[in-house]
Amino acid sequence: MKAYDLIIIGGGPAGLAAAVAARDNGIDSILILERDKDLGGILNQCIHNGFGLHTFKEELTGPEYAARFIAQVKERNIEYKLNTMVMDISEDKVVTAMNREEGMILLQAKAVILAMGCRERSRGALNIPGYRPAGIYSAGTAQRLVNMEGYMPGREVVILGSGDIGLIMARRMTLEGAKVKVVAELMPYSGGLKRNIVQCLNDFDIPLKLSHTVVDIEGKERVEAVTIAEVGPDRHPIPGTEERYTCDTLLLSCGLIPENELSKSAGVALSPITSGPIVNDSLETNIDGIFACGNVLHVHDLVDYVSQEAGAAGKNAAAYILKGKTAEAKIVEILPVGGVRYTVPKYIRPTEMEDTLTVRFRVGDVYKNCAIATYFDDELISKRKRPVMAPGEMEQVILLKKKLAEYPDLQHITIKIEEA
Amino acid sequence: MYDVAIIGAGVAGSAVARELSRYQLKVCVIEREEDVCCGTSKANSAIIHAGFDAVPGSMKAKVNVEGNAMMDQIAEELDVPFRRNGSVVVCTKDQDPAGLEVLMERGRANGVPGLQILSRDELLAKEPNLSDDVVCALFAPTGGIVCPFHLTMGYAENACSNGVEFFLNTRVDAIAKTEAGYSLSVTHTDTKVSEEKEAKIVINAAGVYADVFNNMVSERKLHITARKGEYMLLDKDAGKHVSSTIFQLPSKMGKGVLVTPTVHGNLLVGPTAVDVENKESVNTTQDGLDSLGRTASLSVKNVPLRQVITSFAGLRAHEDSDDFIIGEAPDAKGFINVAGIESPGLSSAPAIGVMVADMVKEMLNPEVNPDFNPIRKGILDPDTLSLEERNELIKKNPAYGNIICRCEMVTEGEILDAIHRPLGARSLDGVKRRTRAGMGRCQAGFCSPRTMEILEREVPMSMFDITKNGVGSNIVIGTNKEI
Repeated sequence: MKAYDLIIIGGGPAGLAAAVAARDNGIDSILILERDKDLGGILNQCIHNGFGLHTFKEELTGPEYAARFIAQVKERNIEYKLNTMVMDISEDKVVTAMNREEGMILLQAKAVILAMGCRERSRGALNIPGYRPAGIYSAGTAQRLVNMEGYMPGREVVILGSGDIGLIMARRMTLEGAKVKVVAELMPYSGGLKRNIVQCLNDFDIPLKLSHTVVDIEGKERVEAVTIAEVGPDRHPIPGTEERYTCDTLLLSCGLIPENELSKSAGVALSPITSGPIVNDSLETNIDGIFACGNVLHVHDLVDYVSQEAGAAGKNAAAYILKGKTAEAKIVEILPVGGVRYTVPKYIRPTEMEDTLTVRFRVGDVYKNCAIATYFDDELISKRKRPVMAPGEMEQVILLKKKLAEYPDLQHITIKIEEA
Repeated sequence: MYDVAIIGAGVAGSAVARELSRYQLKVCVIEREEDVCCGTSKANSAIIHAGFDAVPGSMKAKVNVEGNAMMDQIAEELDVPFRRNGSVVVCTKDQDPAGLEVLMERGRANGVPGLQILSRDELLAKEPNLSDDVVCALFAPTGGIVCPFHLTMGYAENACSNGVEFFLNTRVDAIAKTEAGYSLSVTHTDTKVSEEKEAKIVINAAGVYADVFNNMVSERKLHITARKGEYMLLDKDAGKHVSSTIFQLPSKMGKGVLVTPTVHGNLLVGPTAVDVENKESVNTTQDGLDSLGRTASLSVKNVPLRQVITSFAGLRAHEDSDDFIIGEAPDAKGFINVAGIESPGLSSAPAIGVMVADMVKEMLNPEVNPDFNPIRKGILDPDTLSLEERNELIKKNPAYGNIICRCEMVTEGEILDAIHRPLGARSLDGVKRRTRAGMGRCQAGFCSPRTMEILEREVPMSMFDITKNGVGSNIVIGTNKEI
C-alpha cells in the first residue's frame, strides 16, 4: 500500500489552501485527490467577479482565484491526482480511491484533511408538490451548463431561494438572454449576500419576493408554469395568495449541504446544525488525525474565509504529523446561544490553541443594532456592536490564548447575540 | 402482418412479450413513451405481494400467488434485484385484531404459505421501530421487494433479444377489425409519421388507457379509473428503519400506507389513493405529501421525513369490476385484454405473461422457438466485485474506473452498458432507471451534465435532442445568447 503523510480529499479552494499550508509547515509527502478533471472545484464555474478581496486585495473571478492557489500548489510540486474518486476512508486513515488508469487504489495516510465541499438541496428534499418535468435545475447545475458548457437551460425562469448561487444565476441567465421573472424566498430575509441582491437582482429589476414559496409546478414534459404563494410565520402557504408564472425553467437555490458521506465512513461525528464534522480549535474531528475545512465543515459565504480556514487546517495537520499524535489537553466547549446557530470550532483547548483563534458562526435571523457578546462562564469578556447581522453572512469572534490563560478553571465559553 | 401486437411496454406487456418469444411468432410491442417502464410500472410500491389481500377465487388472487411463487426463478433468469424481506400487516390498539384473522383466512384460501399472527413482542424483535400503538400483526414470509424498472426492462430486453420488435415513441390512435385480425393506426410521436400496423392478435396491456382500446373493438365496455398514489422516497441513510414491508390493517379511515425498504436500500413511504379524472396527472400534491407522513406514523414511529430525497406519483389502473381483466374480449376474437392491472400487478406479471402466452398458443398453435434464450444479463454493478476483480475489469475497460454519479457511485462503464444494450437508454431518466445515476440524494444535480455528454457522444445525438424522458422534455434549449 502506498503511503503519504497527508492525503487531502478534494482539490477545490479548501483542499488547495490546505495543501499549500501543510507544505509550508514542513510536510513533503502530500497527495490531493480530486474527482473532477481540473483542480479548483466549484470555483471553475463561478465566472463572476468578487472573489479574493480579503486574500489578494483585488477582485478576481472564481477561476482566477483558483488559478492563484493552483499555481502555488504546482510551484511547490505538490502531488495530485485528477479524475479520481475517493470511495472510502477508514478510521485508521486508509483511503480507497479509484480512477481509470490505476483502478482501485489503497493509500495509507498519517493525516487526512476532508475538503469535499457541499452539494445543493434538491427539489425532492424540498418536497415541492407538482409535476416532475424537465426544466427544474439546481442553480449550480444550471451554472455549470451555462458557464462551462455554454448551453442555456431555458428562456423564462423562476428562481426559488435567494442563496448566492441563485442570485448570481438570476444575473447570468439575464445576461445570456433569458427572462428571469421572479425570485421567491421562503424566509422573510434573503439567504445570500447583500451585495448580490443589489448587483444581481436590483440592477436588473428582478423582483425578490420574501416569505414566498413554490406551491405547484405544471407541465408534463417541460415546465410550463410555476405557482408561488406567500407563507405565514409557520412557513406554510397562505391560501388565496397564489400567483402563477408561466415559464419553462425553475431554478432552485435553497441551501447547501456539506457532503460528508465519506466522513461518515471514517466514523467522523457530524453536527446536526451544520451537517459538517464537529471539530476542535485545530479543526480536527473526533477521529485522531482527520481534519476538515471549507464547505464540507460548514457552508461559507466567502471563499476568502475558506482559504483562511483551510490554511489553518493544513498547518494543524502538519503539526499533527510532525508530533505524531494530538496532545491530551483540557477541552472547553463553546456554547452558541440566543441567535447564534453554531460555532466552528465547537471545542477549544486553551493550552494547545494558536495565539489567536477565529471562531466562525452564522445567526438564525436578521438582527439590527445588536451585539455579539462573548462570555467566559458567566463573565462578559467582549461585546462587539453589529449594525446588521443576517443568516446569509458569516460572523466571527476572535479568541486570544493569552486571555484564556487567565481563566484556568474555565468551564465553557458562550457566544450570543444581545441588545447593543 | 404481425402474429401478435402488444400495446404497452409496462411490466405486463413486457412479460407477455417475453413469454411469447418462446415461440416462432412475429411479435411487436407498441409503446407511446420513449422507453419501456414509463407508466404505472415505474411508479408503484415495488412490492412482491404475498397474496393474502385479494378475494379468493378472483383473477387477482390467482395470478398474484402464482406470480409470487415464480419470482425467484424470473429474478434469476432476468438478473433482477429481488429479495423476500417478508410482509407485516400491523393492527393498532384502536383496531379489531379479527381483521388480521380475516386476512389470514383469505391468504390461506389463496394458497399463501407460511402466514402467522405475531404478538407485539415477537414483532419488536424484528421491527424495533414499529409504532407504540401496534398490538399484533399478520406476517407473510413470502412477501418481497423488487426493482420494478429492472423487472420490466429485464422482460423487455429478453423479449427483444429473442426477436420481439419494439416500437417506442409510438402511439396507437385507432384499432379496426380486419379480415385477418386487426389494423392499428399508429403515430410515431418523435417523427410525427403515421402508419398502419396489421396483427392477427392484439394484446391490450395499455395500463390506464386499456379501457379506451377495449372499447374501440368490443361492446363489453370497460371503465378504468386512474387512482393516484403519491410516494416519498427517503435517503439510504434511512433505509434500515424497517426491514420488512409494513402494511396497515385497512380501516374505515382507508387502506393506510406502507413503509418499506426498497431493494436498493432506500426507504419508501406511500401510497395515497385518490381517484383522478386526468389519466396524465402524475403530479404530487401538498395534501397528499402531508398525509403520507401522518399516516405512516400510525404503524412506524420516527420515520425520518427530513431525509426525503424525492416524491412521485403513479396512477393505478382501477377497473370498475375491481379485478384484473385477463382474456379475450367475448365479442372481439383475437383481442386479448390485460386490463385493470393495478396492485398486485407487479407481483402477478410473471403469471400473467405465461397465462396470456398460453392463450395465444391456443389460438395460433405456434412452433417452439429453438433459439429462445431465457437469460438476460443485467447491468454489472462493480460494487459486487472483489477489489481484484474490479481492477481486472477497469484494466479491460477503464470506463468502469470513472465515477459519473457520486451519490450512487455509478461508473461510466455502467452508463455505456445502459446505452448500448438492447432497448438502450436514450434519455436521462432512461439512464437513471437502468443504472441509478441521478437517483441518489443530490437527484442528478451533479451527474446530469456528465451523463448528457456521454449520451451525446455514444448514441450519438445532439445536446439539444437530449431529453429527461422523451419528446418535449429537452434539457437545454440553445446556446448562450442564442435562445
